[in-house]
Amino acid sequence: MRIVPFLLSLLLTTGLIICLNTSWGGLKKTPLLGQFLSPQHGFWQNAEPLEKGFNESIALPGLQGKGVVYFDEYLIPHVEAASETDACYIQGYLHARFRLWQMEFQTFAAAGRLSEFLGPGENNSYVKYDRSMRRLGMVTAARAALAVMERDSVIKRDCDAYTAGVNTYIGQLNASTLPLEYKLLNYQPEPWSNLKTALFIKYMAYDLAGGDNDFEMTNAKSFFSKEDFAKLYPMIQDSVDPIIPKGTNFLPPSFMPKAPATVDSLYYNSNSTVTDEELKPEKSNGSNNWAVSGKKTLSGSPILCNDPHLSTNLPSIWYQMQIHTPGYNVYGVSFPGAPFVIIGFNDSCAWGITNSERDVRDYYAIKFKDDTRREYWFNGQWLTADQRVDTIRIRDAQPFYDTVATTVFGPVMYDPGFTGYSDIASNRSYAVRWKAADSSDELLTFHYLQSIHNYDDYKQAIGIFQTPGQNIIFADKAGQIAIWQQGQFPAKWKQQGLFVMPGEDSSYMWQHSISEEENPYMIDPDRGFVSSANQEPVDTTYPYYLGSDFPIYRGLIINRQLDAMNSITPADMMKLQTDNFDVFAQMARPVLLNHINEVGLSEEAKSYLNIFKSWNLRNDPGEEGPIIFYYWWNHLDHDILDDEFARTPLHMQHPQESTLLEALLKDTSWSFIDNIGTPAKETLRQVITAAFRETVEDMAKARQDGLLTWAVFKDTWARHLLRLPALSRTHLPIGGGAHCINAAKQFHGPSWRMIVQLTDKTEAYGIYPGGQSGNPGSPYYDTFVDRWASGAYLPLWVMDPGETMDKRVKWVMHFSTMPSSEKL
Amino acid sequence: MGHAFFNNALIRKTMILKFLAATLLIALLSFACGLYFPWWVIAPVSFVVSLLIPQRPLQAFMAGFLALLLLWGGLALAIDLANGSILSAKVAAILPLGGSSYAIVIVTGLVGALVGGGSALTAAFLKKAN
Repeated sequence: MRIVPFLLSLLLTTGLIICLNTSWGGLKKTPLLGQFLSPQHGFWQNAEPLEKGFNESIALPGLQGKGVVYFDEYLIPHVEAASETDACYIQGYLHARFRLWQMEFQTFAAAGRLSEFLGPGENNSYVKYDRSMRRLGMVTAARAALAVMERDSVIKRDCDAYTAGVNTYIGQLNASTLPLEYKLLNYQPEPWSNLKTALFIKYMAYDLAGGDNDFEMTNAKSFFSKEDFAKLYPMIQDSVDPIIPKGTNFLPPSFMPKAPATVDSLYYNSNSTVTDEELKPEKSNGSNNWAVSGKKTLSGSPILCNDPHLSTNLPSIWYQMQIHTPGYNVYGVSFPGAPFVIIGFNDSCAWGITNSERDVRDYYAIKFKDDTRREYWFNGQWLTADQRVDTIRIRDAQPFYDTVATTVFGPVMYDPGFTGYSDIASNRSYAVRWKAADSSDELLTFHYLQSIHNYDDYKQAIGIFQTPGQNIIFADKAGQIAIWQQGQFPAKWKQQGLFVMPGEDSSYMWQHSISEEENPYMIDPDRGFVSSANQEPVDTTYPYYLGSDFPIYRGLIINRQLDAMNSITPADMMKLQTDNFDVFAQMARPVLLNHINEVGLSEEAKSYLNIFKSWNLRNDPGEEGPIIFYYWWNHLDHDILDDEFARTPLHMQHPQESTLLEALLKDTSWSFIDNIGTPAKETLRQVITAAFRETVEDMAKARQDGLLTWAVFKDTWARHLLRLPALSRTHLPIGGGAHCINAAKQFHGPSWRMIVQLTDKTEAYGIYPGGQSGNPGSPYYDTFVDRWASGAYLPLWVMDPGETMDKRVKWVMHFSTMPSSEKL
Repeated sequence: MGHAFFNNALIRKTMILKFLAATLLIALLSFACGLYFPWWVIAPVSFVVSLLIPQRPLQAFMAGFLALLLLWGGLALAIDLANGSILSAKVAAILPLGGSSYAIVIVTGLVGALVGGGSALTAAFLKKAN
């Protein structure tokens, strides 16, 4: 029987092919191995030749004029376009060409669609993520923003062009040329749309203005006495140096928000608690920016600096470029996913942004009539709640249908059907009021910023910007410097929205927005500089409530340094921007050293103590001192606070590091020092010494594990968005930390460092922890990472139209409606 | 004797020529079809070539195996050299192959080879069954 070997061979071979054409695994799936390994289809096609060139001619149907893109040796494009619309068209193409997967991934995340291609995730985490984003109203907010954007003919035209550029590139793709991550995860890109651009803008709004601690603070308020609560969560820290200096006079408020009559009984003194757990953006999304006037610089011209602190992702959130049109010549970083330059400079001005960290996301407890959540109690009657059903598609599983009720406050974020990331059942419902859900047109600000000529243009451009509230800093060649905390902020009565608010009537709703002219600002101050680092914008004499969760230390050290600096050069600014001095440690060390009981310490302990004593307070990569300080302060913090906090399973906000430090500086017998679990009354000397003994044990372990330098211990990464170590740059030798100007943490830090000196010929420097190409198989994937880690900068080359033959031009890409007739 | 020797030599020579022709044809056609069709096009190519150039099952298998080992392994190697192993090292860490570029070049070649060999073998058995 010859038929048997035939059948057997047929079966084995087809079986093998089917196996190779299948995605295997549980929650994490393999790629289709046959396809993935095929040198003509799979990942090999993404392995770009090191010598690959980018001299090309590309057709963009409908392009108004001819466009040329000059790429320099870092693959930074210098775009020459016939109009702003053409520039957006080309920008869309370039973003897609070099960053398509990331663009789509970020907008999928924004729209709550991760489960669609990642599956449900461990413990349904992706489904929970998607439900959180959908319930928060990200898609509704993006649609509302899109409606405003498309009513504006300029933005509509530019976004249409940008979208067309992205789609031109997507249209060129085939199975072989698809970006690597699509092959790894086995899915296909969708066409781009203006809605996706709007979703990206809302993603940034979520990232920067989506944070709050309402649940944790509600629990803490219900758990602690009024006195204790005030101690643990002060409204403002004594040592803060606000963006607008203390003692500044503010106008009397144009609107006085009125606290509800029931505020004591139903709000401040209510004992309600919450078990739901929120999805929150990275807490340390912050930034530094400052501008010094010419009287403080060597050149006599202003210098503007900015370093936004975001997740240090690969591919980077930023894409560097120059855009030259007849109307403007702008250089800076753009967001793959949106047109325009976001942070940068043109021929006359420079601008930079930091996050305002104002609390614009509040919760209201909703009383529903029954489990159908169709009616809720409001202003003395039952109102009908709008309900929508969200379909969350899940890869390899049945879709999940989420019924979401919407109230006058906003969508219901948590209810008995959705407790967020908490496993505890709850029968309560909370609606969310989020400022970013209001329609607005932030892109228009960046459209205008590209062509500003002076302060008035800047002021007009930023006036449109509503959410996320930003400290937008400005300097120009005429010598002016300025900062505005820009945004549309709710005018809140004291502590409004610090806790979950009653949602049974209108009295707790946001009443009014703060008028724009009342936003904190400073123009050309006598001290010769303006700056911000996410600290409180103003002191408590400002007539509106701002929230109370601001970091204070970076702002302190920046202002201290800038005050002392004179004849400043860009090189001085590089040193300042990458400064690893830890001002928090400087303030905390005396507390630790004044109270440690050295009697009876082992030799080993004494040697660590000596290292700490002689530490130069710099979080430099090779230092051991910051590790000792890290452990010591953490143990102290936990030893002092854990006994109180462990008395309840409720999630409560952990007090800020600055709160503990300021308390100990003021009161060495602070009531929380005593461990309530012991009959004895512990002293500060005892807890500090005990914390140090624990530190010595940790240090011994760290020594064993080879973690005795700060950089190794901290372990900073430029991490791929899928968190795959193989596609990330791991273990970067960089110092700094949360309280340093160089705020490099493990997966988070200065995502773009920029220094612009506004001399007649602009002198600018910049660096970001990534590379221009988002393709892990490109030599340009991580071009800047090592320089970034070492604190080096690259000069930003503002290419002149006459420099097309310059040796810095490596490749030229020609864009026109019909490229075939074009000669390269 | 001489006759038989001549015959044997001729048969061997024919066999070698057929083997080489099949190998070459499978490799070339697989490459050409790979430009337009999905990765698994190497299977029908190996199968059809094996039908057109009948060989004993072992030889047929070897021809398909060798053709794809050379094509896939060779292409992968060439791409990898041009790329300085930037991507192969990363993918080899994900798959996981210990981050070894060589390992992933070899695995690539072997996967193609097994599909090519199996398809050619199936065709050879079909020819015999008929």
